[in-house]
Amino acid sequence: MAAYLARVYVSLKPTVNDPQGNTIADGLRSLGFGEVGGVRAGKYIEVRLTAASAEEARGRIDAMCDKLLANPIIETYRFEVEDQPGG
Amino acid sequence: MHWAVLVFPGTWSDHDCHHVLKNVLGQEAGLVWHRESDLSSYDAIVLPGGFSYGDYLRCGAIARFSPVMDAVRREAERGKLVIGICNGFQILCEAGLLPGVLVRNDSTQFRCEPTNLRIETTATPFTSAGKPGQVIEVPISHGEGNYYADPSTLARLNAEDRVAFRYCGAAGEVTVAANPNGSIENIAGILNEQRNVLGMMPHPERASEALMGSAGGLVIWQSMIESATKAGAPA
Repeated sequence: MAAYLARVYVSLKPTVNDPQGNTIADGLRSLGFGEVGGVRAGKYIEVRLTAASAEEARGRIDAMCDKLLANPIIETYRFEVEDQPGG
Repeated sequence: MHWAVLVFPGTWSDHDCHHVLKNVLGQEAGLVWHRESDLSSYDAIVLPGGFSYGDYLRCGAIARFSPVMDAVRREAERGKLVIGICNGFQILCEAGLLPGVLVRNDSTQFRCEPTNLRIETTATPFTSAGKPGQVIEVPISHGEGNYYADPSTLARLNAEDRVAFRYCGAAGEVTVAANPNGSIENIAGILNEQRNVLGMMPHPERASEALMGSAGGLVIWQSMIESATKAGAPA
């Protein structure tokens, strides 16, 4: 077994309103960043796991996203898996 | 009849629900810790409001893995009445017992205030003692009560008469101004397909005594008692 680090990014679907992102955008504009066209706020999650291969780790992370880390009704996700030498 | 009021780590409305059931309505009610795995001796189940597991990840997302949720699913399948209030509604959605999801209020504010609800259907064990179109005053208390469902789910809820309550004005008018959180089509409460599971964001347990400023929530408890006893639960 090898150790892996997954970086998971969870985002609201474009069709879902994001009041948090809108509020951040307003805050940035009021700080003088008038160039801000929009902000979407999401979640960033790191998962450390062991697996026989990077491919297996990706499969497991995908299942974790489907079952818990993201709500498929409102969110989408993507992730990167990297080797963690020495675990 | 015998009520189970579920308690998750972070639940805060359990004692309010228990008080109303026991002291206002004279019901037998017990507080049930979330590690319990058998609810077969109860006639109805309440998932109260609060912040189960600190709302970590998403509201209700972690509570759905508590052992008691398997028991809730089992009793719901047997036709027992299940009511989820506020965080309880969020848990039922995350658990897949109700469709859709509650997201952040469009105002970004935590809103704690009285709301008017229009009873959209009385063909449910939760509203059978009410009148269609009746307006009841029940308070909300949430930051994430903005009901969202995709268009096909929404169409199905409407077609199957599964919207129990909508936020409205004092005369029952469903308007944007009466919508406290941005919920799609002013939805405040919905039913499952079998109509024995209700989720609602407003708190009927906080509006069940004149002393509390409104007894508008009583009709929900009374409907449940009438429906369950008619179906064979002991009075």
